[in-house]
Amino acid sequence: MGDGRRIRVLISKIGLDGHDVGAKVLVQWLRDQGMEVIYTGLRQTVEQVVEAALQEAVDIVGVSVLSGSHLPIANRLLKRMAERSIRDTLLLFGGTIPREDARALRAIGVDGVFPSHSNLEEISDFIRKNLKR
Amino acid sequence: MEKKKEGPDVRQVISGLGSPVKVYYSPEDLTEFGYERDLGKPGEYPFTRGIYPTMYRSSLWTMRQYSGQATSESTNERFKFLMNHGQTGLSLAFDLPSQVGLDSDDPLAEDDVGKLGVAVDTLSDFERIFEGIPLDQVSTSFTINAIAPIILAMYILVGEKQGVDQKNLRGTIQNDILKEYIARGTWIFPPRPSIKLVGDCVEFCIREVPRFNAISVSGTHIREYGANAVQSVAIPISIAQVYIEEVLKRGFGIDDIAPLLSFHLPVGGRDFNFFEDIAKLRAGRRLWAKIMKERFQAQDLRSLQFRFSTGGMGGGLTADQPLNNISRATAYALAAIFSGTRSMNLACFDEVYAIPSDLAIRTSLRIQQILAHETGVSDVVDPLGGSYYLESLTNEMEAKMIEILETIDRKKGIVHEIENGEIQRELAQQSYLLQKKINSGERISVGVNRFSVKEEERDVEIYRVDPDTHDRQLECLRRVKEERDGARVIQSLKRLELAARTEENIIPHLFEPLKAQATLGEIVSTLKKVYGQYKEPKTV
Repeated sequence: MGDGRRIRVLISKIGLDGHDVGAKVLVQWLRDQGMEVIYTGLRQTVEQVVEAALQEAVDIVGVSVLSGSHLPIANRLLKRMAERSIRDTLLLFGGTIPREDARALRAIGVDGVFPSHSNLEEISDFIRKNLKR
Repeated sequence: MEKKKEGPDVRQVISGLGSPVKVYYSPEDLTEFGYERDLGKPGEYPFTRGIYPTMYRSSLWTMRQYSGQATSESTNERFKFLMNHGQTGLSLAFDLPSQVGLDSDDPLAEDDVGKLGVAVDTLSDFERIFEGIPLDQVSTSFTINAIAPIILAMYILVGEKQGVDQKNLRGTIQNDILKEYIARGTWIFPPRPSIKLVGDCVEFCIREVPRFNAISVSGTHIREYGANAVQSVAIPISIAQVYIEEVLKRGFGIDDIAPLLSFHLPVGGRDFNFFEDIAKLRAGRRLWAKIMKERFQAQDLRSLQFRFSTGGMGGGLTADQPLNNISRATAYALAAIFSGTRSMNLACFDEVYAIPSDLAIRTSLRIQQILAHETGVSDVVDPLGGSYYLESLTNEMEAKMIEILETIDRKKGIVHEIENGEIQRELAQQSYLLQKKINSGERISVGVNRFSVKEEERDVEIYRVDPDTHDRQLECLRRVKEERDGARVIQSLKRLELAARTEENIIPHLFEPLKAQATLGEIVSTLKKVYGQYKEPKTV
């Protein structure tokens, strides 16, 4: 579409992991880049995040996981997104993610993986380049 | 933090406190210095040089590397293995569902059962963890906060079953809920009732389990969250005073409470500065002694001693070129040693990716052993004491801590700042600014924004959790629920609810539900009816 409206982003914490400073840093960075960013807060379910993504009509869903549960969360999230016919939303994962798991995440359909302390500019550049609308 | 300045080859340096750093320091920087008043001998007030007179000449710091196991059986095996190798200090980490009071069969728990530590649903799990381990011969450290009263009660019951008097139980329980709202997120109830529960643990320990350290106030998570070096000591000191006040109002004296308190403080991190970390911990010792003596009128020497262990921060480690993290951890460990730490757990080189592997845990232990035995740094107490630079930095750190504590008081206290999200916002903002400095290259991160290599690096060996853990734990829970007396569970939970409503100390009322095999989730749900559930303020 490329309709010139501001890029809308949902940053979420799924599961019980309570380490959210990385998520908050990214929220601030993307806002400073002119994007509209919603932060869900802690302890969300896959279902809640998918509904929020639909309701807010976001272009990007970002999930932060530092507890090691990124693979099962990504599997359920992708399934739920397919069920709710979400197709043109970019899905990003961040957090404590081993290299080989980053490859596995990309293989199942996660668009981008950014381990803790990734360069912020790389993330916003990636979003702009890969935007699906 | 370095900028080119006019003139030949002199970098401008700004300290973590925002003040310019001189090229060298001299007696002019310590004109008001008084040895007895500002330092004193090690082991003597104000304890700047150390809380004991002979420190590492008598005993080295405790080298404690943290590792979580998934099930009660595997934890029990690990404990027995460690005991057979002469270790008597056990350390227990819990999985996330247990930490936030959810049973393993709760839908929200699905991804996290047995992942970062052991899953505990009922007293049976706890009995299996300590089966064949005589509790009067070990000291156990529990990394647990929101459900600390329940874990303490479980440990007492396991001891009781073994015939061990609770007076002889030894260990430490983290029991520092306030930092969970700021940084780590394993809260359950709102802050006020949670502080009451912290007080319940301390009160019960003073009366019944006198050899237990009832609180370990932690600065490490706050530091990871964005606190600077000086905040990472000042905020825990502020939090500790909240807990002290809670117990004082129950009629105890400061010398009953303060000796049960210890701190876990950070060294290292993304904006690590070797000398600032040493100075902040020396300043913390001096400030704590003064606060205890002047504000709380403590008499007991142990109340004045700022007992801390140190954690070498994973946050400063990088995913790029992971073996570089071994050198970083070595610098952190040196800072901890020069600060006079009593105990150290050191970040592991692969923990940016996952739970540390055995190799990485062993390497962190070896770093500590090499420094202890091969370098001579443990031979003299406070060997950097008297340095013009370090002493002036220590003075500056103390002054800054006092300023932070005064600001917190002016803003109606740390609890108020947590409730309205102010402190969380402030620290997250600092973390953001620091990350931007690293991104822009203003703060050098070797292998990341300087000296980086582009080729794909080899994977490091990663610790993996047994995928069957979840199912096995569910099966244990199902069996317990099937075999227990349901009516007894309901009755005992009703009595617990009543005790919580009348604001009694809840710990004596936890024994009966636990013996009846009520689950952690059932007990926490009962307490939620009385205390409510925490809702996060908007912090970003």
